[in-house]
Amino acid sequence: MDRFTTLDGLVLPIARSNVDTDAIIPKQFMKSIRRTGFGPNLFDEWRYLDRGEPGQDNSARPLNPDFALNLPRYRGAQIVLARENFGCGSSREHAPWALRDYGIKALIAPSFADIFHGNCFKNAMLPIVLDAATVDELFQAVDAAPGYRLHIDLPAQSVTMPSGEAIRFEIDAFRKHCLLNGLDDIALTLGQADAIRAYERVRRVQEPWLFE
Amino acid sequence: MMSTDAALTQPPRTLFDKIWQRHVVQETAGGASLLYVDRQLVYEVTSPQAFEGLRLAGRTPWRRETVLATADHNVPTTTRSEGIADPLSRLQVEQLEINCKEFGITEFGLRDRRQGIIHVIGPEQGATLPGMTIVAGDSHTSTHGAFAALAFGVGTSEVEHVLATQCLSLRKMKPMLVQVDGALRPGVGAKDLILAIIAKLGTAGATGYAIEFAGTAIRSLSIEARMTVCNMAIEAGARVGLIGVDDKTIDYLQGRPFAPAGKHWAPAVAYWRTLASDPEAHFERVVTLDASAVNPMVSWGTSPEMVVGIDAVVPDPALEPDPVKRAGMRSALHYMGLAPGTPIRSIRPDKVFIGSCTNARIEDLRAAAAVVQGRRVASTIKLALVVPGSGLVKAQAEQEGLARIFTQAGFEWREPGCSMCLGMNEDRLGPGERCASTSNRNFEGRQGPGGRTHLVSPEMAAAAAIAGHFVDVSEARH
Repeated sequence: MDRFTTLDGLVLPIARSNVDTDAIIPKQFMKSIRRTGFGPNLFDEWRYLDRGEPGQDNSARPLNPDFALNLPRYRGAQIVLARENFGCGSSREHAPWALRDYGIKALIAPSFADIFHGNCFKNAMLPIVLDAATVDELFQAVDAAPGYRLHIDLPAQSVTMPSGEAIRFEIDAFRKHCLLNGLDDIALTLGQADAIRAYERVRRVQEPWLFE
Repeated sequence: MMSTDAALTQPPRTLFDKIWQRHVVQETAGGASLLYVDRQLVYEVTSPQAFEGLRLAGRTPWRRETVLATADHNVPTTTRSEGIADPLSRLQVEQLEINCKEFGITEFGLRDRRQGIIHVIGPEQGATLPGMTIVAGDSHTSTHGAFAALAFGVGTSEVEHVLATQCLSLRKMKPMLVQVDGALRPGVGAKDLILAIIAKLGTAGATGYAIEFAGTAIRSLSIEARMTVCNMAIEAGARVGLIGVDDKTIDYLQGRPFAPAGKHWAPAVAYWRTLASDPEAHFERVVTLDASAVNPMVSWGTSPEMVVGIDAVVPDPALEPDPVKRAGMRSALHYMGLAPGTPIRSIRPDKVFIGSCTNARIEDLRAAAAVVQGRRVASTIKLALVVPGSGLVKAQAEQEGLARIFTQAGFEWREPGCSMCLGMNEDRLGPGERCASTSNRNFEGRQGPGGRTHLVSPEMAAAAAIAGHFVDVSEARH
């Protein structure tokens, strides 16, 4: 997995609460058996004016001029700024895959849905929780200043605004460690294979019907 | 099993704590636990990348016999004899078959009568058992909590992780109690109850929690109705919904193909009977609800929390003090093509969908058929679909004469699958089409781009199909 240490990135505001993973990547694109190629269909129904289907030439489709992602000022954004409960609904990892494929590396919101939050870490993306008032201020700042960027420092657990003011964020120590080092979760767990086998020996006695 | 003495020295524990503690292989750094997984359910959409990951790393499943697979999300519900017309869907379903063969995993293929929605067939086969940890690459895995199983949805990376290691690194959720006492009124069911709970908690109200549903109203629900309740825990943000074991749980499981039998049955039952919260167990949060106050529910917006009783009107965003919520309501009403103050009863669906992992079991079909019997679908309804949850549910409904009741009324009777709940196959809403749906999500575009979903119970969907608009099911009864 890729590492995540620091990021200086342009901010894309998605000013809605409860953005669900169906909106992030609609179901018709989940017929793919790959992990890549979802970026052009990120937020498909909000981003384009026509109906999206797999295999289209997305560059020829009519864009929704009102959707933030289509505004020139947000082109090349790497940080999504969002409202409450971002990523709710379906557990589809295609949602973080689509964000990642588009170029997003970090997200900031007052809260994330649990499954989506976990899925981000599996894809070297950093979801940052900041309080609602701070997120509100960031939305205003992004709106007021085209080209608004934030600097994210994972080792220091800080988000620094252009003014130089830094905001601290909290993160699970283990997840931080994995992101910083780009660790393969499965290899880490397989390193505990003896402990897993020892556990299974106990369970086999307690609940033999699960093992026969 | 814990001795009586040990039980006396233990502080009282919640059901969640009991199952969690039994599955901790070891504590990992940063406050997470390495949790053992007893069962994984796999389907075609969220697994191909996981199997590919195993292949690329040269890994094999840790315990392939704990995995059960079927195709459900992407399968046609019309005739199966000609295979799948859509080449992308076909490829995905074929890939599941290839993967299961290669890795030695049991799969119910499209021509197997046991095929169906994973959350219907797991319990139906007895592959869902009390005290288990169960995962699937689908958020509605919470359904299996109806059997006192700790069951939750995961992403594809975690599907691969569990295949390879039988474990997941997970931070413990916080236990929440949703206590529902009193009796549901006639015509009000499990779907209405869980929608009322979601309205009360909010769509993110239980994020980070594992909800245990308890109380006399929950006890009086059948096992299938309990599955409907746990199924939608995720719509309040909780990955896990749980209900303690009672006689109904055990009666349901006895004799099912994957359930313990012979010498294992009695010890299994003895253990399962311990799977309830201890009196005095501590919950981080307790929410209470009076079942007798719940009405038949209809969602009006684009989040499951946007739901009201059948007698209500579409709410007015102007009265909402929170600006972010107000904007959400306005945007939802715009999408839904509804004006504030519109009586719910006056809303006219174009299509009706009875199905999904929430409401496609035999009791759901019986309840809907009882409303439909001897009547006709209104002429204004373009399509009324019944999609059974599994091949076995379908066969039973046909044997009981339910299928004929539906088809004589003008419903289409289909093959099992997820169908119009998410519209991955050809069962979709067109732009602007309005649907009375027994599914679980009313998100924008969920049932098809531009489609407008109203979440309801099977009885309410059936009644709306007959009347051509939403009605209180008690009025539609004979």
